[in-house]
Amino acid sequence: MAVELDDAQIATTSGAGLRLADRLRPSPWRQPWGMEGFTCLYILWSIVPIAIAVLFSFNKGASQSSWQGFSTKWYVGNSVQSVLHNPVLHQAVIQTLVLAVLTTAICVPIGVAFAIGIDRWRSRTSATLNLTMIFSFVIPELLLAIALFLLVTQALTFIGLGTEAEVAGLVVWNLSWPAVIVRARLVSIGRSYEEAATDLGASRLGAIRRVLLPMLMPAVFASAVLVFASTVDDFVIVEQLSSTAATQPMSVLIYANVHGGLSGPALNALATIMLLFSLLAALIGLLAYRWMTRGERQSSVEALTNIAGM
Amino acid sequence: MADRGDTSSRRDRLLWMGLAAPGAIWLLVLFVVPFYVMLAVAGGGINEFFQTVVPVWNPLHWSSWNLSGVWRDITGNGAFIGPAALRTLVYTAVATVISLAIAYPVAYFVARHAGRRKAFYLVLLIAPFWVSYMMRMLAWIDLLQQGGIFNSALSSVGLPGNTDWLGGKSVTVIFGLVYGYIPYLILVLYAFLDRIDQRLIEAARDLGLSKARTFWQVTIPLSKPALIAGTFITVLPMLGDYYTNQLLSGAPGTTMIGNVIEGQLDAPGYTGQGAVLSLMLLVVLLIPMTYYVVSTARASRENA
Repeated sequence: MAVELDDAQIATTSGAGLRLADRLRPSPWRQPWGMEGFTCLYILWSIVPIAIAVLFSFNKGASQSSWQGFSTKWYVGNSVQSVLHNPVLHQAVIQTLVLAVLTTAICVPIGVAFAIGIDRWRSRTSATLNLTMIFSFVIPELLLAIALFLLVTQALTFIGLGTEAEVAGLVVWNLSWPAVIVRARLVSIGRSYEEAATDLGASRLGAIRRVLLPMLMPAVFASAVLVFASTVDDFVIVEQLSSTAATQPMSVLIYANVHGGLSGPALNALATIMLLFSLLAALIGLLAYRWMTRGERQSSVEALTNIAGM
Repeated sequence: MADRGDTSSRRDRLLWMGLAAPGAIWLLVLFVVPFYVMLAVAGGGINEFFQTVVPVWNPLHWSSWNLSGVWRDITGNGAFIGPAALRTLVYTAVATVISLAIAYPVAYFVARHAGRRKAFYLVLLIAPFWVSYMMRMLAWIDLLQQGGIFNSALSSVGLPGNTDWLGGKSVTVIFGLVYGYIPYLILVLYAFLDRIDQRLIEAARDLGLSKARTFWQVTIPLSKPALIAGTFITVLPMLGDYYTNQLLSGAPGTTMIGNVIEGQLDAPGYTGQGAVLSLMLLVVLLIPMTYYVVSTARASRENA
């Protein structure tokens, strides 16, 4: 039952009446139906086109706009153009996974160590390093990608274009995720646990390993999920630093073939696989995060915002 | 005792430096050095025969050859960079204003009024964040193509349904920019708006301000940091965007500065000019970037 009280009514209602109103509606603010409707429209606008794109990856025909029945031929069935059978397409899936795994495996440990190091080593150098790291976060990706392209083609030519350059670039572009998230957690943990451990006889390194790292684990895990998903979705850096078709991940392949080239629904299938990777990472991340912070009575809203890097 | 404390603190410092070192080296070699290479290429020359870049590493020997080439393209006859730069500014400004107009009410509602449905809405707001940019563009390419669902929908309500939306329309590019970057904007706005102290708004209402005046005189001023951060988060990537435009239009009539830079970099003999143009864009963006970085650093110091 929706009881709407306008301001004048609230102002003139007696104390008992106010308590009644309180009971019926916890907040004296009128429910903003207009804003809620607008929000729902936005959500529909943001999700329906993607749902349609996923749907058409299961189209029986070769059209991306008229539905001709359900089929998985663009994934596995078609012996020439499906993701499973077309060498270019499944190479792209593998390249995306390779890049995501390598980048996460290098970026997260380096970023976590970097966060601990600059947080504890308070000096002008660490402040400069922190600023550099934040700059690497806000710089437009195209500028960083071009600079990296020039680096590996003009200066460090032994790296050259290809997987090594892609991973190196993705690591530096994503380094700020673990660095920022872990640092925020470090600040909220404070130093007392670590000091207690060293007072009780642990070495500095032992205290980090046995006391600090376990407490940092949720943040480490959240940042790993973010790095993984943002590597899967990355486009600009990998486009500038890939060389042959063998080093092109899914995003680059979709970009190169959208206007002609490989046929339609196979691209939708590729994009759907990309989406699946990201969503799986997100889901695993959220569940693991809830499990690791189960003693902390975090609300689901907090867990969600933490896992999205907010 | 004091001696032992000294050595242990020195050892600690070495430990902190050692932990920070791999990240620091990575940032130095793959973030700072690359921009020096960009300078060396911009100030360098070109091998006339192979049309390849000859970087010059010593700043004293840098030439203005590439710079004057770019300057010609900005101001001289047949200049094409000026219009592209202007177009980039207009597209970015329009797309940012539209994005803020959509994102603010949504973020405001979910942060302050969603009540028990907050987690539900938050999942739906975060969902596009996990969908790759490429897929979101692909989805709209499917919908907007001739004979696509959008045109069919238009003609079914009696509007002309044969528009070539992907044939070089500014409207489509701006729409793509909004659609592409708005999820990030909403998340940033949400994070800030969620922290506004509800009691300040309640106090304004209790003290007799009307709803509209509370909004304009209390809520909006309190949202200023959110709006500034959100604007940065959308403007910076939009200014360096080239793929949205390439995917949704590809026509010269909608070229943005990112497309010019990308094109020059790939054209034999023009790599140096591409580097100059990238540096120019960087210099322009350095002001908002520095502002953002300094304010973020200050905020994190206050939290510490």
